[in-house]
Amino acid sequence: MAENPAPFLLLGAAVILAILARSLVPWMAAYPADWVMPLSHWTGAAMAAFVDVSKPFFRVVSLVLTWPLDLLQQLLTWVPAPVFILLSALIAWQAAGWRSLMLTLFTLLYIWVAGYWTQSMNTLSLVSIAILLAAVIGFGFGVWAYRNFTVRSILDPVLDLMQTIPTFAYLIPILLLFGFGPVVGLIASAVFAAPPMVRNTLLGLQRVPSDIREAGLICGCAPGQQFWWVDVPSAMPQLKLGINQTTMAAFAMIIISAIIGGFNDIGWEVLSNIRRANFGDSILSGLVIALLAMSLDRITLGLAGQSDAAQGGGPQGGAVQAHRLSRRDFLFAAIGAVMLGAICSLLMTRLSITPQGRLMGLSESINAGLAYVTSTYAVFLNGLKASLLYFAILPVKIGLERVVTPFSWGFALTPPVIAAYWTLLAAAALAAARYRSMTAGTAIFVIGCFLYVGTTGMPWLAVVILVTACAYRCGGWPVAIFALVSQVFILLAGQWQQAMISVYLCASAVTLSIVIGVALGIWGAASDGASAVLRQVNDTLQTIPQFVFLIPVLMFFGVGDFTGLLAIILYAVVPAIRYTEHGLRQVPAAQIEAATAMGCTRSQILWQVKLPNAFPEILLGINQTILFAMGMLVIASLVGTDGLGQQIYIGLGKNDPGMGVIAGLSLALIGMIADRILRAAAANRKTALGIV
Amino acid sequence: MIKLACRNLWKVYGRRPGVYFDTAGYRIDPPALARRLRDERHIPAAADVSFEVEEGEIFIIMGLSGSGKSTVIRCLSRLIDATAGEILLDGQDLLAASPKELIQIRRHRIGMVFQNFGLLPHLTVRENVAFPLKTQGVALAKRHARADEMIRLVGLDGREDAYPRQLSGGQQQRVGIARSLAVQPELWFLDEPFSALDPLIRRQLQDEFLRLQRQLRKTVVFVTHDVLEAVRLAHRIAIMKDGFIVQVGTPQEIVLNPADDYVAQFVADVPIARVQYAADILEPLPSPGDHPNARPVVAASANLEQVMESLGNDFSAATVADTDGRPVGIVTLNRILQILGRRGGTPSGRGQLPGGHMKVVS
Ligand SMILES: Nc1ncnc2c1ncn2[C@@H]1O[C@H](COP(=O)(O)OP(=O)(O)OP(=O)(O)O)[C@@H](O)[C@H]1O
Ligand SMILES: [Mg+2]
Repeated sequence: MAENPAPFLLLGAAVILAILARSLVPWMAAYPADWVMPLSHWTGAAMAAFVDVSKPFFRVVSLVLTWPLDLLQQLLTWVPAPVFILLSALIAWQAAGWRSLMLTLFTLLYIWVAGYWTQSMNTLSLVSIAILLAAVIGFGFGVWAYRNFTVRSILDPVLDLMQTIPTFAYLIPILLLFGFGPVVGLIASAVFAAPPMVRNTLLGLQRVPSDIREAGLICGCAPGQQFWWVDVPSAMPQLKLGINQTTMAAFAMIIISAIIGGFNDIGWEVLSNIRRANFGDSILSGLVIALLAMSLDRITLGLAGQSDAAQGGGPQGGAVQAHRLSRRDFLFAAIGAVMLGAICSLLMTRLSITPQGRLMGLSESINAGLAYVTSTYAVFLNGLKASLLYFAILPVKIGLERVVTPFSWGFALTPPVIAAYWTLLAAAALAAARYRSMTAGTAIFVIGCFLYVGTTGMPWLAVVILVTACAYRCGGWPVAIFALVSQVFILLAGQWQQAMISVYLCASAVTLSIVIGVALGIWGAASDGASAVLRQVNDTLQTIPQFVFLIPVLMFFGVGDFTGLLAIILYAVVPAIRYTEHGLRQVPAAQIEAATAMGCTRSQILWQVKLPNAFPEILLGINQTILFAMGMLVIASLVGTDGLGQQIYIGLGKNDPGMGVIAGLSLALIGMIADRILRAAAANRKTALGIV
Repeated sequence: MIKLACRNLWKVYGRRPGVYFDTAGYRIDPPALARRLRDERHIPAAADVSFEVEEGEIFIIMGLSGSGKSTVIRCLSRLIDATAGEILLDGQDLLAASPKELIQIRRHRIGMVFQNFGLLPHLTVRENVAFPLKTQGVALAKRHARADEMIRLVGLDGREDAYPRQLSGGQQQRVGIARSLAVQPELWFLDEPFSALDPLIRRQLQDEFLRLQRQLRKTVVFVTHDVLEAVRLAHRIAIMKDGFIVQVGTPQEIVLNPADDYVAQFVADVPIARVQYAADILEPLPSPGDHPNARPVVAASANLEQVMESLGNDFSAATVADTDGRPVGIVTLNRILQILGRRGGTPSGRGQLPGGHMKVVS
């Protein structure tokens, strides 16, 4: 503990000074508007210029893509539903087994009965073509990166950025270049879904064992033979995993882009239902998306060699799928399914049976039930909302100094109270510094400061200094410089205020997610039954496209920060749970035995052996949680949250592409700062624990 | 006849290995050059390696982990490019071969077996074995027929349609062997082919290897870190240390006259009885009135371990017969014991019980 306290004291002093100086020095409180560079304006202009030049080209691309898209749409809507259902079920079974078959069957039947067939077929055709495009592009780039070191080193950060930039921000340039319409969604999805394919292709090729590669060479392969007969087949399991991820990404993106350039598809359906506040219908249509996503996930995972039976065990891609038909038998079965389906549909027209509309009443009942619940439990729901708002969310947003009023907290922030707060804080910080570490003490102090003035009330200079210092502490100069430059960019772009709102939303959501997630993770690690349940829940939450999460929360709590927060938590809690459980389960049994032998109680073992050991893993989970939350932020802005997400949305709506792009970039930068810092911290802890 | 020759071969890993070999000066003092390379953060994985392999010979390269065995065998097959030196196959410089010629050489003249088998996971056993033929463009039916023949040769018939992951390690390596032989190569490279297998299977495959080699008479370069394996299989052994070859010789020479302490320690576990043959300690047949049949008969090429086995507890001498079965002399227990006691005089000199089965772990 022989740390030099000077830097820490200096840091604390700087923060206090900045807070005190707020009221005296105006440029300290808020970043002055005339220090802002018109970055978004420039970006807008540059984009406009580029669009002017290249528009014809992109319009041609768009036209070319429209053609297969239309064709596929017509084909899918023409094929009678029973034929499609039976054929899909067969494919699902062949790919992944019985459970997948049941899921697919249920999904399609539900879609049919609920009357979303046309919309779903439109979505499916879009997805299919987007996946195809993304897979081809991704594979190409992956191979190129594999072959060429320079390309690889350029591509890596670009992919990073592409996966951190919120999905909406993609839409802006694409919208500009390709105009409105379904093709925008198609291209946006292809662009968004390509990175996982690039990554997996690269990874797969890099991981071809050298023995196999050398065997290929010794067998006399010419370069082309070596690539297609040795490298690609050996990398196939990874490539298929890439296809799975690409599929899920493309699907999620299609839904998002439908929000903007919607046509007659399922994303549009959900959104217009939400907008009309018709919750019954939005649940029913949201369910379509969720089910479709889960089925697609199952099928593509199955193709990647992870069948229902093999899931959770067995070497990757090594699972032998005993039930699979040979190619010829499968063809016969497919023909059989088509004929059976055709007969069914003929019979149904003959007997004029239509499945559609059977669920008509359901939507109304849901609405009625909802109205009943919300009115009956209004007191409870509002109380929950209000207490969370006043005691947790608002302090983080605008600070105790503005939240604590007799109305909300029951007492006023009189000077003695303020003095008490600061004394207690200082005492806690000192104690932590004395008994744990300077870092811990400083952290407590800084958090106390933030709670007092609020994230949005904290002087920008203090934030910049703090974040940079933290980055330096965890990751050394490279991370510190990255953090500093990114923050300066956000300041210069004039996005600081919005950024802080986003940070506050994220921070609250992430904090709550971590508390909930770690608790659930501990539970999952302690009991196998709980673990199985959690895995199911997590899988489901993770496959469902983000904006479906808005529906249930919206139903109960209306628009606003609170709703956005809950939606974010629903989505972002998953990695926190997963990584915690994984980290805890990974603690070497020998250590636990040793602790037991020393007479530790269960809770002592948890707190003093398991959690510290699992900490690096948990940090990585937190990192993921932050990134997930960032991604969800823009979507949450649909329900009325403020911040960068809202800026992007406004940029889209008001046709101010510069602002939208800059806001998207700012959000991505925030995510990357957090990512770099946490990753470095996790690595430090790992080295300290000697895990690596 | 010399089939394969390797002259002053260097393989250096590092940032700029080429510059050290620009002039012919590097030939002058290889150890000094290796030291300099190390000082300048380069790794001389193979340093000034020279040897010649006779046609039909089993040449074994042996050494501790990291001594450069794989590097040498990979340079020979040009899986990696040597930094300097020359490799002659039937007098033709392999390093000068163009990529096209190289592919042809590999397709027709070289077969190789890998430590981790190197089987293509997406192909069946038959397809794996037929793969070298496929690259040459041999028609499907023909190459599968040839593959089935090879599979029978290594005793895997019945498993033609299995995938590698469905086979045990020993079976997988049989597939690797079958594949390496499918094109009837003249040169057969094996890089620690049996190291990944457990001792019993290893022994079994060694027998298999000897049987095949008796039948096929390839020119073999075989890498291992297992001394007992080397002694068992080799005609000649090269021992490597830090990239250099420190000794080349027959198993007997190496075990009985190790060039330095390193080699001596390396071979310390080899029972002398394994590298001494009946022919080496022949004593003249006793007087004509003797009954050779009253003693067990051993071949002249039998090693002392085998001789002692024949002697058992009952005899104190055995008749040695040449390949035609004619008695040429006798070996006596006294003489054998005298030989086995001799290790005490060798440099590393630790007493050894015959038959101590210890493996050099590397
Ligand atoms: N691609 C490479 N880059 C740098 N150094 C290498 C490379 N390949 C091998 N080396 C080094 O060359 C030396 C010899 O390696 P080699 O693989 O030939 O050893 P080996 O004798 O086959 O050992 P093992 O028994 O473990 O297979 C080692 O020090 C190794 O670290
Ligand atoms: Mg090796």
